[in-house]
Amino acid sequence: MNLVASESEVLAPLASGWFLEHAWLVPVVPAIAFALIILIGKRLPMKGSELGVLSMFSSLVLSVGAGYQWIQRTNSAAEEQFVEPVIKSWSWWRSGGFDFGIGQHIDGLSVLVLIVVAFISTLVQIYSLEYLRGDRRYTHFFAALTLFSGGMLAMVLADNMMLFLLGWEIMGLCSFMLIGHWWEDDANARAALKAFFTVRTGDAGLLVGIAILYFSANDWTQENLGVSGFSIRGISAWALSGEPNSTAITIAAIALFIACIGKSGQFPLHTWLPDAMAGPTPVSSLLHSSTMVVAGVYLVARLYPVFFVGLDILGSGGNLIMIIGAITIVISAALAFVQNDIKRVLAYSTVSQLGYMMLGLGAGAWLPAVFHIFTHAFFKACLFLGAGSISHSASHHSFDMKRDMGGLRKVMPITFVTWIISTLALCGVFPFSGFFSKDEIIDNVGNNGYNTFMIVGLVGAFMTAAYMTRATYLTFFGEPRGASAGENSHDSHDPHDAHATVSAHDSHDAHDSGATHGPHESGLLITIPLMILSVLALGSGFLNATPFGENWERMKLWVEPRAVEVIDAKHSGGPGESLVINLPNAEESHSKSVCGSATPADGVCFAPQLQHAKFKWSKAMMSMVIVFLGMALSWILSSRLFTKRDPRLVGLTQRVKVLGLGHKFLVNKYYLDVLYEKIIVRSIAYPIANAAYWFNQNILDGILHGFANSTRKLSGWVYQNIDQRVVDATVNNSATFTKSVGTAAQPTQSGKVSQYGALLFSAAAIGALVLVIINT
Amino acid sequence: MFVNQFLFLAAVLFCIGVYGVVARKNAVLMLMSIELILNSVNINLLTFALRNGSTDGHTFALYIIAVAAAEVGVGLGLVLLVYRNKKTISVDDLSEMRG
Repeated sequence: MNLVASESEVLAPLASGWFLEHAWLVPVVPAIAFALIILIGKRLPMKGSELGVLSMFSSLVLSVGAGYQWIQRTNSAAEEQFVEPVIKSWSWWRSGGFDFGIGQHIDGLSVLVLIVVAFISTLVQIYSLEYLRGDRRYTHFFAALTLFSGGMLAMVLADNMMLFLLGWEIMGLCSFMLIGHWWEDDANARAALKAFFTVRTGDAGLLVGIAILYFSANDWTQENLGVSGFSIRGISAWALSGEPNSTAITIAAIALFIACIGKSGQFPLHTWLPDAMAGPTPVSSLLHSSTMVVAGVYLVARLYPVFFVGLDILGSGGNLIMIIGAITIVISAALAFVQNDIKRVLAYSTVSQLGYMMLGLGAGAWLPAVFHIFTHAFFKACLFLGAGSISHSASHHSFDMKRDMGGLRKVMPITFVTWIISTLALCGVFPFSGFFSKDEIIDNVGNNGYNTFMIVGLVGAFMTAAYMTRATYLTFFGEPRGASAGENSHDSHDPHDAHATVSAHDSHDAHDSGATHGPHESGLLITIPLMILSVLALGSGFLNATPFGENWERMKLWVEPRAVEVIDAKHSGGPGESLVINLPNAEESHSKSVCGSATPADGVCFAPQLQHAKFKWSKAMMSMVIVFLGMALSWILSSRLFTKRDPRLVGLTQRVKVLGLGHKFLVNKYYLDVLYEKIIVRSIAYPIANAAYWFNQNILDGILHGFANSTRKLSGWVYQNIDQRVVDATVNNSATFTKSVGTAAQPTQSGKVSQYGALLFSAAAIGALVLVIINT
Repeated sequence: MFVNQFLFLAAVLFCIGVYGVVARKNAVLMLMSIELILNSVNINLLTFALRNGSTDGHTFALYIIAVAAAEVGVGLGLVLLVYRNKKTISVDDLSEMRG
């Protein structure tokens, strides 16, 4: 294969640096570490985990370096200048006129997500050192975790859709492997398969979308930018150029969004995410809350121009992304109320928060949604690791809040404090980080004229506050129950009740046998990541603290692409040639940007023009009041129901029929699993089988029977006259002849393979000779 | 483009493979010889593909590699089973198919 290097980099007035130019090393390091762990991991003193942690740490250093230099780059740009991403690309392989590239596309968004992924991965791997100690597949766990990070980092900095797809699929595979890490338990294996297949259903959309985009955009991008139709930069510019066929781009956007629905657990494909909690808790924390599941959100943010034009974002009424996001927020938040498993509460909360991100993106609130990816990663990872800490040290590997938790605030002070900080951040209480991102989303949705959706967002905030208060109450307050009270609950568990428990038991046996069984605080390897994450859950919001004025909106400056027309962005071509960008001249820079609203006249656009809501304390106060109402209501109900056993509340669902039906509906997860597994799969698979059977029995057999009957009559006559008299005689004679030939040829059938081989090859040689002679 | 050298290499490999299949008694060695034959064919395909500037040959070669891998899997499975039952992998001892 030809490996032709064609680099394209920016030498314009923008600052650059080693870390930006070499950002492609970020995913390469974990990829190499993965290979090393698989090959020699078991022979190393720490069973390969040191390689994983080390590689993630180097990735973190590299991406923070890139982040720092990106900030310098944005600072070096003029105010109304588009900050050109640092792009490098090489030909990966070529086939039939298609050129598949591999390379990096570093801009504010990718740097931000790179840092988040590398950071959370590092902390989770450190946490796993303790959490999985003594596990039977310890080395493989770290190998899969490292490969996952490599795949996600590659996807994040991909400069073209093929590399993006590669990273996306690596993540899907690792998700499968890690959910099914304890596959000896049937439920875990089934959850892994369910996750894989559900996500796969959506992934079909990604392939279709990429293909549509390539075939629609390739001509335009080749001509105007000198890049292929896979290039993310090319596709973005094409989408905003006013050229695209509106049907094509709409279908492409819908297809890509279906992939996002699958990956990011949006309604109606969210059903896999709660089941994915069957995996080890570090996996839930890394893959299924903070990083992998935001891949879908990242795709929408990355190819935002395509969705912007294709789905008519900022148009009147709602669009697909907003509607799906809004539905997801509410239905998953409702489901979180009926869960007893603490990790499932968090899983539904993740689904709901992903809904917020989608709602924000769909409503044109790009920056708040991306910022929510950032803050959500910290506080949700912290919550999951906190849940893991509880099950590891206090509730004897159970995740059941009602049975095995309660009153833990006294025995686990660090876990408790970090949990409370992250919960407040999740609920969006000022000044925790969730406030600055989630409230911004809700505010901007309303500001862009979608009042219905803003109300949905506020309802979601109310529900979030309520279910998190319920979970916090059940876990940390009240009286200790079950394992937390010191009972050894080995035998009291239903096997089907908490499958994570069962699996955790056998895998932790080695480590547990010597440990004390009473609830206690976890070790430093677990609490230090918790503390770091909770500090960020508290502080990360100040990177874009809109309430304090322009100077605090650092994210807007660093991350949001500026919607400015870029004149003459075309490659001058050839490897190593630099890309020269002319700054728009003075009078143009003051005119309003046409990006996203009209066809750019002289150049190309890479980002649409978006509005930002003006922060008002009155609006923030309103959502704050809603959040506190949710907390207070839920606190009162929880303490009445779970501690005082108030007779008016206990058993309410049994007494009031409507509530009972609602409860049953929620417990059964809106019957979506039933719909998918029983109805859709069966309605497709069974009728086909039945129809085939009927066709076989009635039509084919009927034809055959009729045919057979008439044939039998005919054959009777033939037998008598032709067969016996004419054919048999011939056959008998030829048989005699064959027999004599066979006897003569019998020695060649020696049963020796080499002899057969010799015959075969000599025959082939003779054949070849004949061929040569005939042809000459 | 030195087409001759490639073709000559392929022919030599092919002959070595044929010799192995015909003369060797060890089933595993026979399987390895078959691999040699297949790979000599691959070299031929790639040679002509490069000469003609088309990718068809590459595609075929990729298919052959995949099929060869499957074939070795089945072959080794057979050899293993034979060894378990007969405690030998000499092909001359397996003459049940004698007519």
